Amino acid sequence: MSQGPDEKGHFEEFGGRFMPEALIAELDELTAVWTEAMAEPDFTAEFQRMLTEYANVPSRLYDATRLSAQAGARILLKREDLNHTGAHKIRNVLGQALLAKRMGKTRMIAETGAGQHGVATATAAAYLGLDCVVYMGEVDTERQALNVARMRLLGAEVVAVKSGSRTLKDAINEAIRDWVATVEHTAYCFGTAAGPHPFPAMVRDFCRGIGDEARAQCLELTGALPDIVTACVGGGSNAIGMFTAFLDDTDVRIYGFEAGGEGVETPRHAATIVAGEVGVLHGARTYVLQDEDGQTVESHSISAGLDYPGVGPQHAYLARSGRASYEAVTDAEAMDALALLARTEGIICAIESAHAVAGSLRLAKENPGTTILVNLSGRGDKDMGTTTDWFGLGEAGK
Amino acid sequence: MSTSTAFEKTRAEGRAALVGYLPAGFPDVPGSITAMKAMVDAGCDVIEIGLPYSDPVMDGPTIQAAAQRALDGGVRTKDVLAAVEAVAATGTPTLVMTYWNPIERYGVERFATDLANAGGAGLITPDLTPDSGAEWIAAADAQDLDKVFLVAPSSTDQRLAMTTAACRGFVYATAVMGVTGARASTSELAGPLVARAKQTTSLPIGVGLGVSNGDQAAEVASYADAVIVGSAFVRTLLDAPDLAAGEKALRALTEDLAAGVRRG
Repeated sequence: MSQGPDEKGHFEEFGGRFMPEALIAELDELTAVWTEAMAEPDFTAEFQRMLTEYANVPSRLYDATRLSAQAGARILLKREDLNHTGAHKIRNVLGQALLAKRMGKTRMIAETGAGQHGVATATAAAYLGLDCVVYMGEVDTERQALNVARMRLLGAEVVAVKSGSRTLKDAINEAIRDWVATVEHTAYCFGTAAGPHPFPAMVRDFCRGIGDEARAQCLELTGALPDIVTACVGGGSNAIGMFTAFLDDTDVRIYGFEAGGEGVETPRHAATIVAGEVGVLHGARTYVLQDEDGQTVESHSISAGLDYPGVGPQHAYLARSGRASYEAVTDAEAMDALALLARTEGIICAIESAHAVAGSLRLAKENPGTTILVNLSGRGDKDMGTTTDWFGLGEAGK
Repeated sequence: MSTSTAFEKTRAEGRAALVGYLPAGFPDVPGSITAMKAMVDAGCDVIEIGLPYSDPVMDGPTIQAAAQRALDGGVRTKDVLAAVEAVAATGTPTLVMTYWNPIERYGVERFATDLANAGGAGLITPDLTPDSGAEWIAAADAQDLDKVFLVAPSSTDQRLAMTTAACRGFVYATAVMGVTGARASTSELAGPLVARAKQTTSLPIGVGLGVSNGDQAAEVASYADAVIVGSAFVRTLLDAPDLAAGEKALRALTEDLAAGVRRG
């Protein structure tokens, strides 16, 4: 199979559409409008214009020489942290917001975990003049108060979700409940390359510029393709955005790093592909953290953006087919890498992205002298509360 | 036992059927069985037993709260099958309403077999449409079980025809665009949806989402073959101080609704 999916959204056994009938007509229409738009040069040019003029894309590829010297391999960082709003997420939301306008929608809803996708959606809504409601688990609104304030300043309504585990998966549930009742005028701006067809493929296509740009930038900088490409994987939008350009380059090895939390041997992790089992969650068949009865199990990660018990179905497929490898990185490994990157390169990345850096340092040890292309998907300002607590940076006398 | 036996009876009586829902394991497994038997006793023609699930995207706050309490109490899929066996033993057709992942996890064929052995009538699948449900359709057909899929006001004519053709037992028409929960007024979307569905099938059409009293039941019964009530029963049990009071209140609500479907 090529990159897929088939017309019903299947990446072989993964993906598909397990959703209430009330939403199927809308998902069909969205699929049709998206497919039609992507084939129109005017639409793709407008999308690219917005990315360039508004979001500061293409992002730079940075040759991290001081980190490389410590790592033992040449590390190239795709600086998605320098995009407007501070992460790759702006690519996806600008694409979906443009589609929402095309479909005549006046309102966008979104779920958010760390708040990055919520901020990006609120930003795109403000930019394009759409009403915006963001669903966020109550637990996350407390640990990401800064992003709540940013969304409100941007004019979005933030709803604290009090059901279930009060985190990202419950925010998705609540957004779907809203959408069932408001679908006539509301677009659901889904935050990752997961969920029912067409979201996994559509979000991938809006994010694939990451890899397309990085591939060309790497060729220009080094005269060759990288030996290894890496990204962190929660739902998997930054990763699939990076990987897509390299899937047909069979000599390039591809690694996704999941949140190992306190260790995959403990119950406190979010390593869905590494330690989950096949099931259906939020509309797609994929790997899921679940119990014996198929109830979703709460995930854990120090990084709110990776704290999700499911994963995009194309990643499940790439893992099963062996084209990409997925490994877990613990909270502690990620935080060590975050500190090392800050001290060697003067870059404070998001804790999500630090998982990709940590995994890449591990690969560098195993593959000295290689070139490793890392998607640095977001910046770390939003995480400074967590980072301060982790390293004791706020303590007197330090 | 298929729900068709219940519809043969209600058709002979010239009225709509009353379909009542409660989740298994709320307030606990024996308590939920007691409550559902009271609903049978007071006039429900069909019982839907909800399989509590961690991520119920089609349910409003009332059913979410009950399902969460059942899960917190440790309810298991096997408890749901035990509840089916107990309720079906009354002679009233008993379906399971469930999100898809717990069934896939249990094993689709294994669940169909165990449901049939428990005397269950079949499944209502709110997040499984026939075009994604080949495995369930095959397993249900092998075990002679009802397959109740949902149609919605947003369903295209083509999807309506495809869905009703895949149903057995009855067709579940969602009266509103929205999640479960009692509503002050019934929906203007329901009547036209039932009329459209009837053009595609001779199966009975049940209408759910929003009905909470006898007058609303009568109104829906005037154009539908079954009135499906969930959140109002769950709310009644949630509000009761204890199971005995809950059972009494459930009987009163059932009698009001049962009178309603006979007025419609």
